[in-house]
Amino acid sequence: MFEILKRHEMADGTVVMNEISAPKIAAKARPGQFVILKANETGERIPLTMADTDPKKGTITVIYQVVGKSTALFRGMQVGEKYQDVIGPLGQPTHLEKLGKVACVGGGTGIAVLHPITRALKEIGNYVYAVIGARTKDLLILEDKMKAASHELEVCTDDGTYGHHGFVTDVLRDLLERENIKLVVGIGPVPMMKFLCKLTAEYGVKTLVSLNPIMVDGTGMCGCCRVTVGGKTRFACVDGPEFDGHAVDFDELAKRLDAYKEEERMAYEKFMKERQAG
Amino acid sequence: MDEKSAKKEKIPRQPMPEQKPEVRKRNFEEVPLGYDEETAIREAQRCLQCKSPACVQGCPVSVDIPGFIKLIREREFTKAIRHIWERNSLPAVCGRVCPQEIQCEGMCILGKKDRPVAIGNLERFVADREREHGTGDLPPKQHPTGKRVAVVGSGPSGLTVAGDLILKGHDVTIFEAFHKPGGVLVYGIPEFRLPKEIVYSEVNFLERLGVRLECNVVVGRTVSLDELFEEGYDAIYIGVGAGLPRFLNIPGENLIGVYSANEYLTRANLMKAYLFPKYDTPIVRGRNVAVFGAGNVAMDAARTAMRLGAERVRIVYRRSRDEMPARAAEIHHAEEEGIEFHLLTAPKRFIGNESGRVTGVECLRMELGKPDESGRRRPVPVEGSEFELDCDLAVIAVGAAANPLLTQSTEGLEINERGYIVADPETGKTTKRGVWAGGDIVTGQATVILAMGAGRKASDSIHKYLTWGW
Ligand SMILES: Cc1cc2nc3c(=O)[nH]c(=O)nc-3n(C[C@H](O)[C@H](O)[C@H](O)COP(=O)(O)OP(=O)(O)OC[C@H]3O[C@@H](n4cnc5c(N)ncnc54)[C@H](O)[C@@H]3O)c2cc1C
Ligand SMILES: Cc1cc2nc3c(=O)[nH]c(=O)nc-3n(C[C@H](O)[C@H](O)[C@H](O)COP(=O)(O)OP(=O)(O)OC[C@H]3O[C@@H](n4cnc5c(N)ncnc54)[C@H](O)[C@@H]3O)c2cc1C
Ligand code: SF4
Ligand code: SF4
Ligand code: FES
Repeated sequence: MFEILKRHEMADGTVVMNEISAPKIAAKARPGQFVILKANETGERIPLTMADTDPKKGTITVIYQVVGKSTALFRGMQVGEKYQDVIGPLGQPTHLEKLGKVACVGGGTGIAVLHPITRALKEIGNYVYAVIGARTKDLLILEDKMKAASHELEVCTDDGTYGHHGFVTDVLRDLLERENIKLVVGIGPVPMMKFLCKLTAEYGVKTLVSLNPIMVDGTGMCGCCRVTVGGKTRFACVDGPEFDGHAVDFDELAKRLDAYKEEERMAYEKFMKERQAG
Repeated sequence: MDEKSAKKEKIPRQPMPEQKPEVRKRNFEEVPLGYDEETAIREAQRCLQCKSPACVQGCPVSVDIPGFIKLIREREFTKAIRHIWERNSLPAVCGRVCPQEIQCEGMCILGKKDRPVAIGNLERFVADREREHGTGDLPPKQHPTGKRVAVVGSGPSGLTVAGDLILKGHDVTIFEAFHKPGGVLVYGIPEFRLPKEIVYSEVNFLERLGVRLECNVVVGRTVSLDELFEEGYDAIYIGVGAGLPRFLNIPGENLIGVYSANEYLTRANLMKAYLFPKYDTPIVRGRNVAVFGAGNVAMDAARTAMRLGAERVRIVYRRSRDEMPARAAEIHHAEEEGIEFHLLTAPKRFIGNESGRVTGVECLRMELGKPDESGRRRPVPVEGSEFELDCDLAVIAVGAAANPLLTQSTEGLEINERGYIVADPETGKTTKRGVWAGGDIVTGQATVILAMGAGRKASDSIHKYLTWGW
């Protein structure tokens, strides 16, 4: 179980796709849900959203950005190797509804999380505008898939190397001005989601975000993933990971994500050094 | 050696050899080192072999205490362990973690004038001896019945059910949400109190008997109870534990460095964060630590923090010493290790810095008022008594509640107003046909032995059902 069947790198090798054998999870998973993966005996439990599932083949697909020790360890795993543990599907599936015109906005690796939701929203009959962005052209992922999953796709880069020169929020503002958008789904780095929610609040458009706090068990047992939504403490692993973006305390989330900054840096440097040493 | 001569000699209760406090407070190795044979026999000789033994009434699963103690005296260690197994399948665990002072030992007749027989230490001795030197022979199994049982959760209660039913010839599979089996015994109770090797050897024993173990299966998510029935299981036992952290609900609780005990202990124990960076899971290593609560969980958190290098660890508890629910041995060990107790003190809010890390906690002094519904005197705040306590790590250990993940996703399973599963106390039967439940998910956080006792009752009832029908 949990063997890597396919693997490829994207965005200049900073992002990696793995297709993993996990029949039980594949049979059950719905858009918006995630899994927790542990590479080996000493590994930590890392949550990743399922970017795709294939119940017939019994596989799930994850797409992750290499940001630290654990994801660097994952990147080193080749086709044929196995994750020691994969747990899921976890979290609430996206609440899908036919609303009319909707906008799906993704930044960075958030696009991988956004893709299955976008596709599902289109499948149930919404008219879907997609807006995706990256810092620069080489870091953009899943453009083709997002194109197929939506009716209209707009691409942005911060440095103007491709598509619209600027942020996804600029394009979204035009869209909100122009169209009668009923729902925005915004997934990306915390600052992006924060500004996106500010913008959609101006227009009074309901906005869903997917939060990525640090997790341990993913079953509501530890409280590590707590986030403040509408002044109340919620556990992202069981109550989320999607929440009403207008109620989320993003500043608290951003701080909590830095809880182990020092330890993460140390672990990463040690890992890279050992890797170089062979 | 008969009772009389034992009494004449007035053998004192044999002390348990332990690691010295100064040493052990910085390592994760087990604190008590265990009796050797001679010490165990000497301790066993203290037992009066009462005709109607009070100790047995104090044991929730009625271990035949004089019976196994007599076998120790006779050096029949293998027989002694088999004798215990008839009532208790995890004696190496219970000998270590049962609150003996309010159970078996609390009732022992010797305790009236002298100190009670060290029943827990003796139970641990025979279990350890069997694990280390025993034959490893498997007990006989009945003929296969062709019936399949699913056990959800691999804590002490699920393990008990699995062990009982496999011997009765049923086909048993345990489903566990975590990547390792054992429940609280593995993720909650620290290594220095219950070495994980003991739990794994118990699980391994069950596997050798033929129990299948599937980790990484979150029942209610990966698979539902109804799907398990569809897959052909004839009966299901739910032993998922309490598994929901309780917070204080005071301002500042989401600051970095404020943990639920569940998170803190899971990181430390299950994920082995104390071995970071050899293991990848990090943990905040506080120098100045405050732990809220005074049960076993609080003692475990405080002593873990000390072992992770804290300079100062304080237990903050809103009631007084007499109400502390922890085992006597844990309180004693914590004190020896230099943990400070701030009693009649309650937290009011956490204080943090710009980067969102906890730097202190504002507390209130309490005094004892009238007894509350639990019969304990209710602590009431002393007005204007606020004071600040510095801390860079805070662990909240004020109890657990019922995790709703499984119950919410299951139809026909009645729960009470606090979210615990309603089950018949005699049989463990729930309101859903073919489904039993027991342990912390029925009673709220209790003890290992009670969870096992509930498992035993349920396994008897399941066996009857599989033989005769509901
Ligand atoms: C529900 C959920 C879904 C996610 N989906 C994806 C996804 O599809 N693709 C993707 O690239 N990333 C996703 N993430 C984020 C991903 O889990 C982290 O990037 C990863 O854990 C980093 O681990 P690391 O050791 O490589 O980095 P580290 O050096 O440990 O940390 C780098 C960053 O990751 C965060 N992080 C560290 N440990 C955890 C943890 N146990 N849980 C969550 N975050 C952590 C830290 O806050 C830090 O900002 C998701 C997170 C959650 C909670
Ligand atoms: C830190 C700590 C210290 C303690 N110290 C003592 C002590 O000294 N003495 C004592 O007698 N008692 C002690 N207790 C209490 C005792 O551990 C519990 O009462 C006992 O473990 C309950 O057993 P259980 O089998 O009901 O559940 P648990 O031990 O909680 O096990 C439940 C298992 O079910 C799994 N599970 C949960 N949900 C699902 C799901 N949906 N699908 C699959 N699996 C699931 C969990 O991961 C877990 O492994 C302590 C508790 C804690 C937390
Ligand atoms: S199981 Fe616990 S209560 Fe019973 S005899 Fe053993 S230590 Fe005592
Ligand atoms: S009550 Fe004490 S002395 Fe009597 S049988 Fe039990 S352990 Fe022995
Ligand atoms: S990750 Fe533990 S409660 Fe959510």
